[in-house]
Amino acid sequence: MSAPHRMLPTDWRGALGLLAGVVVLAALPYFVASFYVGLITTAMIGAMLALSLHLLVGATGLVSLGHGAFYGLAAYMVYLVSPEGAAQPIWITLPVAMLSAGLAALVVGALSLRARGFFFLMVTLAFGQMIFFVFHDTKLGGGTDGAYLAKPLLSVAGLTFDPTSLPRSKRSWPAYYVALGQLVVTYLLLALLLRSLFGRVLEGIRVNEHRMLALGFATYRYKLAAFVIAGTLAGAAGHMWALHSGFVNPEIVGWHKSAEALLYILLGGLGSLAGPVVGALAFTALGEVAQQFTESKLLVEGLIVLAAVLVLREGLTGLFRRTSRMEDFGEGDDARADETERSNG
Amino acid sequence: MSKNKGRALSRRELLVGAGAASAAAMTIPTGWAIAKAAPLKVGLMLPYSGTYAKLGENITSAVELLIAEKGGKLGGRAVEIVKLDDESKPDKAQENAQRLTKRDNVDVLIGTVHSGVQMGIHKVVRETGTLTIIPNAGANAVTRALCAKNVFRTSFSNWQPAHGMGLALGKRGVKKAAWITWDYAAGAEAGVGFKEGLEKHGGQVVKNLTLKFPETNFQPLLAQIADLGVEYVGSFFAGGGAVQFVKEYKAAGIKVPLCGSGFLTEGVLAAQGAAAEGIETALHYGDGIDNPKNIAFRKAFKDKFAREADVYAVQGYDAAQLLAIGLEAVKGEIDNEANLYKAMRAAKIDSPRGAVSMSPSQEVVHNIYLRRAEKGQNKVIGIAAENLADPGTGCKLG
Amino acid sequence: MHFAGFVAQLLNGFQYGLLLFLIASGLTLIFGVLGVINLAHGSLFMIGAYAAFVVVKATGSLWLGLPVAMLGGLLLGAVLERVLFRYFYAREHLDQVLLTFALILIFEEARALFIGNDFHAVPVPAILDFSIPITAGFSYSAYRFLVIAVCLALAGGLFWWIERTRMGAIVRAAAEKPEIVNILGIDAARVHLAVFAVGTALATVAGALAAPLTSVYPNMGDGLLIISFVVVVIGGLGSVTGAFWSALLIGLIDTLGKAYGPSFQGTALGNAVAALAAMAVYVLMVAVLLWRPTGLFGQRP
Repeated sequence: MSAPHRMLPTDWRGALGLLAGVVVLAALPYFVASFYVGLITTAMIGAMLALSLHLLVGATGLVSLGHGAFYGLAAYMVYLVSPEGAAQPIWITLPVAMLSAGLAALVVGALSLRARGFFFLMVTLAFGQMIFFVFHDTKLGGGTDGAYLAKPLLSVAGLTFDPTSLPRSKRSWPAYYVALGQLVVTYLLLALLLRSLFGRVLEGIRVNEHRMLALGFATYRYKLAAFVIAGTLAGAAGHMWALHSGFVNPEIVGWHKSAEALLYILLGGLGSLAGPVVGALAFTALGEVAQQFTESKLLVEGLIVLAAVLVLREGLTGLFRRTSRMEDFGEGDDARADETERSNG
Repeated sequence: MSKNKGRALSRRELLVGAGAASAAAMTIPTGWAIAKAAPLKVGLMLPYSGTYAKLGENITSAVELLIAEKGGKLGGRAVEIVKLDDESKPDKAQENAQRLTKRDNVDVLIGTVHSGVQMGIHKVVRETGTLTIIPNAGANAVTRALCAKNVFRTSFSNWQPAHGMGLALGKRGVKKAAWITWDYAAGAEAGVGFKEGLEKHGGQVVKNLTLKFPETNFQPLLAQIADLGVEYVGSFFAGGGAVQFVKEYKAAGIKVPLCGSGFLTEGVLAAQGAAAEGIETALHYGDGIDNPKNIAFRKAFKDKFAREADVYAVQGYDAAQLLAIGLEAVKGEIDNEANLYKAMRAAKIDSPRGAVSMSPSQEVVHNIYLRRAEKGQNKVIGIAAENLADPGTGCKLG
Repeated sequence: MHFAGFVAQLLNGFQYGLLLFLIASGLTLIFGVLGVINLAHGSLFMIGAYAAFVVVKATGSLWLGLPVAMLGGLLLGAVLERVLFRYFYAREHLDQVLLTFALILIFEEARALFIGNDFHAVPVPAILDFSIPITAGFSYSAYRFLVIAVCLALAGGLFWWIERTRMGAIVRAAAEKPEIVNILGIDAARVHLAVFAVGTALATVAGALAAPLTSVYPNMGDGLLIISFVVVVIGGLGSVTGAFWSALLIGLIDTLGKAYGPSFQGTALGNAVAALAAMAVYVLMVAVLLWRPTGLFGQRP
């Protein structure tokens, strides 16, 4: 999982797959009940958070357990500028959310990037918990019960779109499409970033930081830049959460949020930028199915994670890659035929 | 065993129901005629895993008990129960509430235990207008500034029990007390209730001692109490924290008597053992309430589920009773909202805890009993506050 | 501030710190020697507490509960190491984090399934069921002195094992340079097994010791996990000595911060001080890492 091209679909097949995914997601609301529209919106927000974390974990090799804090902080910023009854337009709330998350990431990153490996993990965790305690223990954000906010107004050039003008069953659609749009933009942004020189340097740092240092790259600055970009994008995801739910609670700041994002990345596959997205959607779907068949949902979740770690070394996207690699060797059709047969039988 | 079988069955029903419901949602709008024929769907959104699982189980059993007592029908309509584990996770609360209101199209939502989760539910049902009855979560806001015409509570507001305790101390002539709790919303809201109760009779709270929720390193706080020169220490803790706190308080040999909101010794008395002996608390329920309703309820609960009922079961039972009263008034036509809410607001419920009613902000009005822990029981020794209503500050209903 | 009260707070901090040491020492050994981040360490604490509860309920004796928790911990650790963890020594941190995250969920659900979700008290042994006055209005439970004594004894035993035995020497060497075990041709698998089993047993014993103080309840290990990681990081990975001093430091700072921090409240500056005191341990950890990026007793760069 080291070659840079793996991060991106360079061939037409991958590009087509992505396009197909977007088309399917765009068409979904016409075919599913409104609850699922909301559920997939939540999954897409999780995917955005995981994507932003992927820049650190997958591309640069930095495992952070404090990433959820930037996401939560941004959502809380939306609450602070736009409390219930005082809605603000999105062109105010989104920059505020992203800037504050980015700034926090700059401070946290500047300090914690002095540590490495496990220590980095622990320092990011500690900073994350500090931000968590700010919202958990003070009245700033409504304390432990959380607080309601006014969902940012979807206004462009003076025109405001009002979701309540839609029939009740379609009111969750605007947030869905905003989330889908933001997911696509986040994905493309990261794809471009990883393909640039900057991305290659991050890749180099992950593989061998000492060599990059010897080659004359100021790796600390590159890592810090990646940390700030990732934090800012996590902030955009947190803003989307505020826009979707209108509710903030300290729970969205805690380290469990970071662990959840890591889980999406791993389930989807570390080696691919599509991994976090696939992981988030798949985990949501699996949870939904488990919820209908068992009382011990947590047990099932635990077993899924366990299976992912033990069996799916390269995640779900790794499965696809394996089949396409086999195709390259001319065995693909047979292998796939076998698989279909097995699943039919 | 039989319980599990029952649950598995309801899950299968739920699957079929969910498919049918989502198909129906896309094509036909629900009308009265259809609604009357179909069973009434009651969604139970409660914790069935984690720290509060026990509370969720007892509330569920009590709701099922009342429905069984009514022959499986409320207001003439058959009832179908849909259960959902909210895991006490506030960040999943809205999704779960929507799962019930939008996917399963429940007519009524009964939930939940955790206040943060309640805030999520509340946000959703204010928009969907789903009738919601709260069987535990005490966050003041949902029947104060955020009150809604479709949301009722049959349990308590965090303010109420502690206020009763403050009043009882005040009446006794206590002038100086301290308050100790976790630094979180429920603890702070109870603290205000305690303080206001005490101040009504000229007493005051001279010191607030808090620690982070849900930490249990109480020793640094306990070591300060002796120097405060107070006559009583009031407190709000619950669950595992309450067990440990009471035991450590006793072991610390502090001479100042401990009292508190009733959750301090509720459901955890056996675990606290001798350490709890003699502690006074105030709550809307207790042991030794010998009205016929309570005796009958406790017996029926024990016969059916082979365990003792508790305050959580009472709250769940009353949630179902309130629903029954509303539905009987409109003959099961739940879409007849105006009359449904009118009947529920005027409800006089014969609760195991005594007669209770609803306040203008749709919060339960009930006696707060003064209890003393004696030999593993929270013995009722008097009434701390009769028919205590939450002030409902900021609520514009009624 | 009264002097006697201050002494009582010191005692509180000392005892809390010792209990933290039991948990953190296992964590630091497992990380230092095996390179595994074990998020499920808090669950092991919970398992030990429940083991004590089950034994005390069946036999009425905590004196039996403690050894059962210890032997059970050794056994559980050995099984976990053989079946799961040894395949993860060479894997990335991320995989370990997720593996152990999954274990937390599974352990909790198993607990709910087998024992249920009730709160249970574990009675203090009858001969220790009294308190010793420290100040006029504050006494200290005799059982807490037992906790202190057992913790000190276990710490002594652990140091003896690490410092005086052959295997301890290997463990020490491995914590500094994991490759060394392979180079010397030592049976690495045995060392790994021993370290994981001992680390697990330390956590389960800590749980069993704490059970009479805290009672047992669902998710009881959650709060201790993060604070134990803080102890490990400040002490330096793999250093048992470091874990010892850092656990005592954290125990004292946390206790004193809680006891005296809130008294600063009132002015803006005071509020800031009080807020910092509330998260003193995290502030301390960040400060230590900025000053010494590998912890106070950390060896590896």
